[in-house]
Amino acid sequence: MSQQTQRQAYWSANLKLVAMCLAVWFVVSYLFGIILVDQLNAIKIGGYRLGFWFAQQGSMYIFVVLIFFYAARMRKLDQKFNVNED
Amino acid sequence: MDLKTLTFLVVGATFALYIGIAIWARAGTTKEFYVAGTGVHPVANGMATAADWMSAASFISMAGLIAFMGYDASVYLMGWTGGYVLLALLLAPYLRKFGKFTVSEFIGERYYSRTARLVAVLCLIVASVTYVIGQMKGVGVAFSRFLEVDFHTGVFVGMAIVFVYAVMGGMKGITYTQIAQYCVLIFAYTVPAIFISLNLTGNPIPQLGLGSHMTDGSGLALLDKLDMIVSDLGFAAYTAQKKSTLDMFLLTLSLMIGTAGLPHVIMRFFTVPKVADARSSAGWALVFIAILYTTAPAVGAMARLNLMNTIQTGPVGSADGNLIYADRPEWFKNWETTGLLQFEDKNGDGRIQYYDDKSASFADKAASFGWQGNEMIKVDRDIMVLANPEIANLPNWVIALVAAGGLAAALSTAAGLLLAISTAISHDVIKGMISPDISEAKELLASRLAMAGAIVVAGYLGMNPPGFAAQVVALAFGLAASSIFPALMMGIFNKNMDNIGAIVGMLVGLFSTLIYIFWFKGWFFVPGTEMAANTAENWFMGISPESFGAVGAGLNFLSAYVVSKITPPPPEHIQHLVEDIRVPMGAAKAAADH
Repeated sequence: MSQQTQRQAYWSANLKLVAMCLAVWFVVSYLFGIILVDQLNAIKIGGYRLGFWFAQQGSMYIFVVLIFFYAARMRKLDQKFNVNED
Repeated sequence: MDLKTLTFLVVGATFALYIGIAIWARAGTTKEFYVAGTGVHPVANGMATAADWMSAASFISMAGLIAFMGYDASVYLMGWTGGYVLLALLLAPYLRKFGKFTVSEFIGERYYSRTARLVAVLCLIVASVTYVIGQMKGVGVAFSRFLEVDFHTGVFVGMAIVFVYAVMGGMKGITYTQIAQYCVLIFAYTVPAIFISLNLTGNPIPQLGLGSHMTDGSGLALLDKLDMIVSDLGFAAYTAQKKSTLDMFLLTLSLMIGTAGLPHVIMRFFTVPKVADARSSAGWALVFIAILYTTAPAVGAMARLNLMNTIQTGPVGSADGNLIYADRPEWFKNWETTGLLQFEDKNGDGRIQYYDDKSASFADKAASFGWQGNEMIKVDRDIMVLANPEIANLPNWVIALVAAGGLAAALSTAAGLLLAISTAISHDVIKGMISPDISEAKELLASRLAMAGAIVVAGYLGMNPPGFAAQVVALAFGLAASSIFPALMMGIFNKNMDNIGAIVGMLVGLFSTLIYIFWFKGWFFVPGTEMAANTAENWFMGISPESFGAVGAGLNFLSAYVVSKITPPPPEHIQHLVEDIRVPMGAAKAAADH
């Protein structure tokens, strides 16, 4: 693979990963925390209603996991496509 | 030892620590001053970013906001954390690869346009100045409340401290001071929360306590009990939604993209050694932020429960169900003297009735109890965090710690904002536009002078806050969301975005948001000049002015895209630049070339 096509392949792999992560980002906050909150509130986990939990706790935990997941996958992609810094 | 001496000691010790760090971390070059020599470890940078981000408002006001808004306050929790996902995925690594010092510099080079850079600088300064006023005011309030010194003296002391470490150390001094400040503020926030959670639910972890059952023998979950208590008094249920779904959606989105577009946050990611570090550092920042942000809902709900329980001691409507005013606890009296808690015995029964007297469905009941209106005529939201240790009967050193924590939150955010302002002036305006061949030593001097000037202006505005100070926060987020974020994102993800498209987009986003906000809040916030009353019936599709940033951003993307299709594409070397920032390889070289 020439450097040019390799870089393009790297970029489209990155875009795919970003799209996937943003889908999760959207689902846990906007979908579970706001749009479907009433439906999810019918389910209870301990003393939390599920929709409320997503809005005030769960979405934030998942955001953190999401960023580290992305950073780790990108580190692998950087190496696979040989575009890492060192 | 009495509380005042103890508070002086704790606050004095933290200040000595900040100054010590400042002397140790002096900046010798512009690179150290602007981006701490790009040598900050990603975890350390994450911690400093968290302190930078969490302001006096996060520390003091947010839990109070949650206490009284309940579920609706979720927009702030999700909005102010979700932005970091956007930063890590869409902006930080690429801007770090670009390897320059400021956000406006990226916009200026990517869109090969001084106009674009100027628009970015203006947005940046307005957004940052707005914010810094609130921080300086926070410093003054914390001083006058806890140390009983004059408000102005408090602001002066705060200015002097920031002056020492920000002017001397620039980003380097600020970063290492912020790490210390984070430790102080998170300790001060979580210790009272742990005790209160333990007290109410038997669970020491507030995040779990909020979802636990009460230990008062009722067998109810804490949130169910809270819902019940507030509904019984005519208030809306704590976990129920009050805002419209569309408005909640857009407000969350505006806060998220506004967060990702705020320059003082973005510039933190210029300080790490590598592109990969910029990604993980955003994750670490969010870890440290989330520790406070996931504790806040517990603090809010538990503070509300404690407050309601203190006043409504028995069944609603029973003759002796309400607290006798003369028997009120000590903390109640303390806060009454500040005027932030006010009681008026409307029906003259010597007891306190605290209920929603605007609720039509509860009005008949209240009348049948002989209640003649809500008697807690003022319950300031901000006292929730500050009064927490007293309500939970915690020792004095915890109260002293909360004072130091509030000051740490305000000072760390103020320093970050001041750096963003001074960098914009010395690097973007003086070096970038007025005299490009200025020497390194002179630029460093200029940035120190700009910093000193910014501190004086911020201090002055903190002491004489314009009446609209509180409203302008919506403006800061609106500007960042509608102008800066889309310009940055398109600059990276759309190779064919050209200068005209980007500038048109920024202006469309900027003005649509500005006009929408001014329409309902008055032109330049001058009272009486609003075109329509700021109520939900008048809003376009029920969208509040605070939530409009997301719509402005959408208009920005759309107009920029359309214009870029009918104007010439960017020159070859810009397209190469974009291809280059998309790969991490060569970041060290890009930085060395600077």
